[in-house]
Amino acid sequence: MEITLNINGVEQSHDVEPRTLLVQFIREDAGLTGTNIGCDTSSCGACTVHLNGESIKSCTVLAAQVDGMQVTTIEGLAQTDGTLHPMQQAFHECHALQCGYCTPGMVMACVSLVEENQNLTESEVREGLEGNLCRCTGYHNIVKAVLEVSEA
Amino acid sequence: MIPANFDYLRVDSVEGALNALQEHGDEAKLIAGGHSLLPLMKFRLSAPAYLVDINRLDELKYVKDEDGQLIIGALTRHCDIESNSLIKENAGLLASATHHVGDPQVRHRGTIGGAIAHGDPASDIPSALLALNATVVVMGPNGTREISIDDFFVGFLETDLKEDEMLTQIKVPSVPDAKWSFQKFNRRAQDWAIVGASVLVNNGQSGVSLVNMHSTPFRATAVEDAIAGGADAQEASEQAAIGTEPTSDINASVEYRKHLARVLIKRGLKEAGL
Ligand SMILES: Cc1cc2nc3c(=O)[nH]c(=O)nc-3n(C[C@H](O)[C@H](O)[C@H](O)COP(=O)(O)OP(=O)(O)OC[C@H]3O[C@@H](n4cnc5c(N)ncnc54)[C@H](O)[C@@H]3O)c2cc1C
Ligand code: FES
Ligand code: FES
Repeated sequence: MEITLNINGVEQSHDVEPRTLLVQFIREDAGLTGTNIGCDTSSCGACTVHLNGESIKSCTVLAAQVDGMQVTTIEGLAQTDGTLHPMQQAFHECHALQCGYCTPGMVMACVSLVEENQNLTESEVREGLEGNLCRCTGYHNIVKAVLEVSEA
Repeated sequence: MIPANFDYLRVDSVEGALNALQEHGDEAKLIAGGHSLLPLMKFRLSAPAYLVDINRLDELKYVKDEDGQLIIGALTRHCDIESNSLIKENAGLLASATHHVGDPQVRHRGTIGGAIAHGDPASDIPSALLALNATVVVMGPNGTREISIDDFFVGFLETDLKEDEMLTQIKVPSVPDAKWSFQKFNRRAQDWAIVGASVLVNNGQSGVSLVNMHSTPFRATAVEDAIAGGADAQEASEQAAIGTEPTSDINASVEYRKHLARVLIKRGLKEAGL
């Protein structure tokens, strides 16, 4: 079936099987490989993207379910001149990543979290990131980065 | 992991959904948020031939106050329930239980109707609805029927919904003065409950239920009876495991689950002022 998504402001139409997952559509059909697959079972958050502005796990959504909607991936956050999104900048400054595997999903989850609540406390940040696993950083610097953006 | 192939049908009305169910019978499955169904399909534990997508039925996304009752559309998402002021003020227990579901991403997709229709004893939401004495509204080819939440869950992942019916609405009595508590015991924040408990006390009446302690969401009648008989939190909570048949798994043995049920209900009753 023909699926059209607006991904990072660009219309993407592809003929795919109904069982195509959103994350497959993004990576394989749209060719945007910034979004990672970790667990493939909706636990780790590596595949987090925004659907109409809200964070979702793209391994647990069918592309067909979101046909016609707006998706933002990690590639869509920075400005066209390369200026980083404030959350990306804060990750950079706070050393909120090590291997970087969780980072695209983590950044997308963090942006959605701050958009929903501008006055986050540290414990709200930790709770708000319960759906994203990081094997490297121990979360501490990720929490710092989010607080930096939410306090800004 | 990719689900088995299926035909995808998108409907834009309740009538359209009911027609699709009638046409395809047990070969068809409704998909709402997909956050219980898609994981099953990816593991090939479920392989419907037809998937009927009801996500766009905006007519079933609402929370209203009607004559002292909250009326909730089946497709209202968890994130819209946990943050809704009518629900927070008049059925705070439901807002709290919903907030304990999964993580923000899951709550952006999952719906209250899907959480109930799935009939999972480990789900947090049915337990809150039992304690609140909710009613489930279902539509089928012969019209609408209302089912008490107590009669809705009939077995493991099995409900009173017929193949050609869909859940459209949940009615929850408003209890703005009730004291309540939702207790969830798990190892990591995002996990499902190893055991959970809902407690609600309103005008001397109590509603007490358990998560993941039986083949269905479970009303702890023995605790409710003890409270009606004047028992305090300690005495009432000793009855918590009566009638339950929990499973033993990697997280907990049967005995440990029963212990948790007593502990969580005691904490809940104390938090609810008993
Ligand atoms: C990572 C993860 C963690 C989770 N953690 C928790 C948790 O901690 N606690 C918890 O309670 N839940 C948890 N969930 C489950 C979550 O709450 C689901 O959203 C919910 O159980 C199902 O809702 P859905 O809208 O996604 O339903 P779907 O998956 O779309 O559907 C589930 C079932 O209900 C049927 N159905 C859906 N809508 C209707 C309707 N209107 N009428 C009739 N039948 C219908 C479908 O046919 C299907 O059989 C978790 C899910 C995930 C993926
Ligand atoms: S890959 Fe989607 S949550 Fe892990
Ligand atoms: S930086 Fe390595 S998993 Fe998070």
